[in-house]
Amino acid sequence: MTRQRHRVRTGPLMTPAVGMLLVWMIVPLLMTLWFSAQRYNLLDPGGTAFAGLENYRDLVTGRALWVAMGNTLLLVGAVLAITLAGGTLLAVLLDREFPGRNICRLLVIAPFFVMPTVSALVWKNMLMNPVFGLIAWITRSLGLGAPDFFATAPLAAIILIVAWEWTPFAVLILLPALQSLSKEQREAARMDGAGAAAMFLHVELPHLRRPMAVVAMIETIFFLSLFAEIYVTTAGGPGLASTNLAYLIFQDALFEWDVGLASAGGVVAIALANVVAIFLMRVVGRTLEAER
Amino acid sequence: MRTKWALAAAGWMAAGAMFFPLLWMFLTSFKTEITAVATPPALIFKPTLDNYAAVLERADYAQFAANSVVVALGSTLLALAVAIPAAYSMAFFPTRRTRGVLLWMLSTKMLPAVGVLVPIFLLWRRFGLLDTRIGLVLINSASVLPIVVWMLFSYFREVPREILEACRMDGATPREELFHVLLPLSKPGITATALLSIILCWNEAFWSLNLTTVRAATLTVFTASFSSPEGLFWAKLSAASTLATAPILIFGWISQRQFARGLSFGAVK
Repeated sequence: MTRQRHRVRTGPLMTPAVGMLLVWMIVPLLMTLWFSAQRYNLLDPGGTAFAGLENYRDLVTGRALWVAMGNTLLLVGAVLAITLAGGTLLAVLLDREFPGRNICRLLVIAPFFVMPTVSALVWKNMLMNPVFGLIAWITRSLGLGAPDFFATAPLAAIILIVAWEWTPFAVLILLPALQSLSKEQREAARMDGAGAAAMFLHVELPHLRRPMAVVAMIETIFFLSLFAEIYVTTAGGPGLASTNLAYLIFQDALFEWDVGLASAGGVVAIALANVVAIFLMRVVGRTLEAER
Repeated sequence: MRTKWALAAAGWMAAGAMFFPLLWMFLTSFKTEITAVATPPALIFKPTLDNYAAVLERADYAQFAANSVVVALGSTLLALAVAIPAAYSMAFFPTRRTRGVLLWMLSTKMLPAVGVLVPIFLLWRRFGLLDTRIGLVLINSASVLPIVVWMLFSYFREVPREILEACRMDGATPREELFHVLLPLSKPGITATALLSIILCWNEAFWSLNLTTVRAATLTVFTASFSSPEGLFWAKLSAASTLATAPILIFGWISQRQFARGLSFGAVK
């Protein structure tokens, strides 16, 4: 048996996938690091020169990076809180038996499958527009006046849109996790006299801890690169009010054509993501081991 | 009994609230541009298919849609072609390094796209890949590859080893084993993986917005073009969005369970 298994050479099977990811990851990563230490603007015909830490100094001493960093963290934190809380509630609700439950489940997860540009535009135009939007009509009918979300609270508006897109993702992960809770475990808790609230706090919530961690970390990675929603709604404005790290880098790179500065921003984004990644890898690694 | 109906009411209200923006978009797509911006919002109106006709008549719409289809399918096929041998190898001939390789593949997903925007843009410009379908296919397939490998790996591991070992006893080569036994046996898993990959590539916006302009632009770019002030045609936007969303939404509904598995990297089955 073992002799037979040794005949299979795994190298040729693995090489395409490993090679593709290696190129995809290492080459741009090294280039970003390299460019971040260069004085390099595509509009400047003078070419490139070594800049050392100049780009980083410009970034750190400028206001934009800190505003963008703050917006990024606020965006990630707020959307995480809303999607985790909302997703858990919806998952617990949809885990119960009631007429039409399966249809409700389909309706709840639907927003996650809509392309981000469409979601953002539907919200921006048809719901949140201060003149013709549905929300403005409702608040005006109630005598509250019409809020102009993207002028007065652009970041909050984007948080609302992204939370609507990603709460279904939390449901998508948490609901199956909840359903994997065995009948015996629930039965045992009920025998011990646990009511609905106690069941949620002491049985369901602890069971959801790991899937919730996975949701949080995957969402964080996506939210750090959040771009399309900002691109089609506020374009980062007014001023820097809704500019996150991703949008700042995009502006430095494709508007200012400042390769060096944008790359330094990229390195900051990568560093931020790495902090999250370390935790995520640990959780997933543990899952792999638990299965063996 | 009472709690059951209370639950149903809560469930339907939550579902209605979450789905409402999409329902509103769907309804608006059948309004005229004038009823679309009417105040108070028109709930009862004479439906029209004019918007769909107008969108489909635009010569460039067909091109955007074709680009989306080609890019989503092309990226998925390329990712599957590269991932199937790797997942096969790791599921059935694990070595000491398998766990490390799997985790490393996952870690490539942790690299925020925006961190490598500049080099990718410059490389693509250098090699003439900007605004080409092949350029997007390369990016998309590399970025879904870790998810595809993980999903296939977890499906392959569910295939009983005895079946493959029996084939080997009968003298099947690894190639025959893969193509004539494993792939037919795991067809549902491969289909689910392909669907997931198609959905992710179809909705991908970051790279499409940054690397394409006209020739290879996908439907995400097309819908984004409605964000310009002169593009305030809500009924047409709704029709175009409904067309771009509906097929993928149906795919998503079909493969919702596999989605959980693929996107949580096996942490949820």
